[in-house]
Amino acid sequence: MQVALDNVPAVAQLPHQGGILRWIRTTNHKDIGTLYLWFSISMFLVGGLMALTIRAELFKPGLQIVRPEFFNQLTSMHGLVMIFLAIMPAFVGFANWQLPLMLGAPDMAFPRLNNLSFWLLPFAAVLLVASFFAPGGATAAGWTLYAPLSVQMGPGMDMAIFAIHILGISSIIGGLNIIVTILNMRAPGMTLFKMPMFAWTWLVTAALLITIMPVLAGTVTMLLFDRHFGTHFFDAAGGGDPVLFQHLFWFFGHPEVYVLILPAFGIVSAVIPTFSRKPLFGLRSMVAATVGIGVVATAVWAHHMFTVGMPVAAQLFFMYTTLLVAVPTGVKVFNWLATMWQGSLTFETPMLFAIGFLFVFTIGGLTGVILAIAPVDIQLHQTYYIVAHFHYTMVASSLFGLFAGTYYWLPKWTGHMYDEKLGQWHFWLTLSFFNLTFIPMFFLGLAGMPRRIPDYALQFTDLNALASIGAFGFGLTQLLFAYIVIKCIRGGERATAQVWEGAKGLEWTVPSPAPHHTFSTPPVVE
Amino acid sequence: MCRETDMTELARKIAVSALLQPALAFAAGEPSFGLQPPQTFIARQIYDLHAVVLSICIVIAAVVFGLMFYSIVRFRKTAGREAKQFHSNTALEIAWTVIPCLIVAGLAYPATKTVIEMKDTTNPDMTIKITGYQWKWRYTYVDDGIDFYSSLSTPRDQIENEAPKGEHYLLEVDHPLVVPVGKKIRILTTADDVIHSWFVPALAVKQDAIPGFVRDSWFKVDAPGIYRGACTELCGKEHGFMPVVVEAMPEKDYQDWVADQHSKSAAAATAPQ
Repeated sequence: MQVALDNVPAVAQLPHQGGILRWIRTTNHKDIGTLYLWFSISMFLVGGLMALTIRAELFKPGLQIVRPEFFNQLTSMHGLVMIFLAIMPAFVGFANWQLPLMLGAPDMAFPRLNNLSFWLLPFAAVLLVASFFAPGGATAAGWTLYAPLSVQMGPGMDMAIFAIHILGISSIIGGLNIIVTILNMRAPGMTLFKMPMFAWTWLVTAALLITIMPVLAGTVTMLLFDRHFGTHFFDAAGGGDPVLFQHLFWFFGHPEVYVLILPAFGIVSAVIPTFSRKPLFGLRSMVAATVGIGVVATAVWAHHMFTVGMPVAAQLFFMYTTLLVAVPTGVKVFNWLATMWQGSLTFETPMLFAIGFLFVFTIGGLTGVILAIAPVDIQLHQTYYIVAHFHYTMVASSLFGLFAGTYYWLPKWTGHMYDEKLGQWHFWLTLSFFNLTFIPMFFLGLAGMPRRIPDYALQFTDLNALASIGAFGFGLTQLLFAYIVIKCIRGGERATAQVWEGAKGLEWTVPSPAPHHTFSTPPVVE
Repeated sequence: MCRETDMTELARKIAVSALLQPALAFAAGEPSFGLQPPQTFIARQIYDLHAVVLSICIVIAAVVFGLMFYSIVRFRKTAGREAKQFHSNTALEIAWTVIPCLIVAGLAYPATKTVIEMKDTTNPDMTIKITGYQWKWRYTYVDDGIDFYSSLSTPRDQIENEAPKGEHYLLEVDHPLVVPVGKKIRILTTADDVIHSWFVPALAVKQDAIPGFVRDSWFKVDAPGIYRGACTELCGKEHGFMPVVVEAMPEKDYQDWVADQHSKSAAAATAPQ
């Protein structure tokens, strides 16, 4: 393939199709990466608007802005949109842009499938968001879609199920494409242990994706059958079991949270060495930890279900496996710290977000250890403590990873440096408002405030007001991010090929902005 | 002069309340900054478990953040630091793999004991069946033959902000679950429509109520009092409006309450329809 590409006349490699058709028909990994990233930013806005409506309602006790049924639709859709349409596509966008550049490949392994896996997304997004206008509104059964509540929902639920089917197909195709690219398209001389951590984390992520997405697709299909075709998979009256739904869902759902965090590990593992001017500490243990997390991730799912009344042996098994996750996770954190140790550190925006990641991820991880203790989990399950915990791992850690990666590679993508001063402002505001939003939620959860409620008892008033103020600050700050990105695309100081003094890797050997086609002749890695 | 003293006093008060109040409240274990004061044997175990794990996590966080901030301050390029190009240290890597293993094993031991005790629903003094409905609870006293529904008693106009909210806003019901103190009470949970979850924080009981299945849990309340909680499994539109209230009273008062319930139901049975 690489030989064949070399023979193509240079002119054929230019993006000569203008306008919208270029974007619809493109098979270029950089174009598709860009599409994924813009799609993701627009969905962050949609999901963020839902979050702010939720926080506005919860600013004080009583019902003032939305009705309870719409509130439940908002919490459910906020989760679905953020997970499936914002965070996942963002990381796939990074994979598209960066994997070929980092591996020295001319493109992804299956460029046409790549196009398909992106263009499925807008249809799923329209279907999901349009379900708000279906009779009875969008699904209000939580993003977890627990049966039998989800069996009660109106047609909005069916639209969500079909959207999940489409998204699942997109993820499976994308995952296969990424695995084949990583395994088969590396430049000559780039052994598995010479490839960047970002490729490793994506390899494990993609393996998880093709393991779990079919399970989710099957689960929601069973739900669809229960809703319309008279089956009773999750209906005790017909011999089914509602708890079966939870087992199937969380077999998908728990690895899914690692899908949302592992690529962020990869980004941070690229950023910290660059700005420490040192190689990544413990590459092999980092790889082992990543694979270890991926494997253990498939055997911890029922820790989401400690209150369903499982037998003692099952509770203990899932408690032990969950505690085990702390070990490889700890290895990673210590490796990052050791990478910074005795380095020559500078604090440009990508590094700030990487260190911010380390900070919030440690809090998210340690509260995860607290929750792994089954009796404590039973006390905190379905309270705001859980909301705080998973937002520390997902919003903060995944999002901080995404921001670190964006500032890190934006000069490579656009050919311009972003506005460093605004970037620093973005970081400090994001970090402050994030913590203002979610630290109160830990205390709310400890005090016993349940999640997914539109109204609450009076002792929770002050902390909720604080969280709402933080949320609005956090949301508005992200408009600054959009402004910084657009400003960087439109102009700014010209970026060199190297961009960052300490940056290592193949992506820094191509000019900035990266030409439309790169590595048509594969580089040779020593 | 006098005014100035007042102002300093005021400033001092504001400073104290803004800075110290959360810290003091935290130290005093005030409910809004920690777990609610535990009222059962299991709740105390969970309270202590949480305190132990939290302390260990705070120590770990202190180490991680300590190293992080030390690196940030010490190893700056602007301070003329040259990077040392090392990338592995086997002894160190083994240490930070083995030590966390030991820590989690140490945590697993007491937690396992509590899990087993929580699951031990044998030899109860009495059994109550709890059924979740959209959106109320039904309490069936299996031994005493008492059966009633319990639903939110907060008036609608308080929820709609048309009346001032009462002290126990959203945490009050028409008929609380009445139990004797010092007795092992086994609860059987089930549901009629969708999954609910019966949660009383101070008693450390949270048991899902699953339609078509019966699960069990237990509690033994230490002291008389009214303990408030809520449904914690999303169960539809009124999920936020289905509180749980448990009234624990001395055995004698409980027996009086049982007799009272029996006479009421007898009166209802003989009353002309």
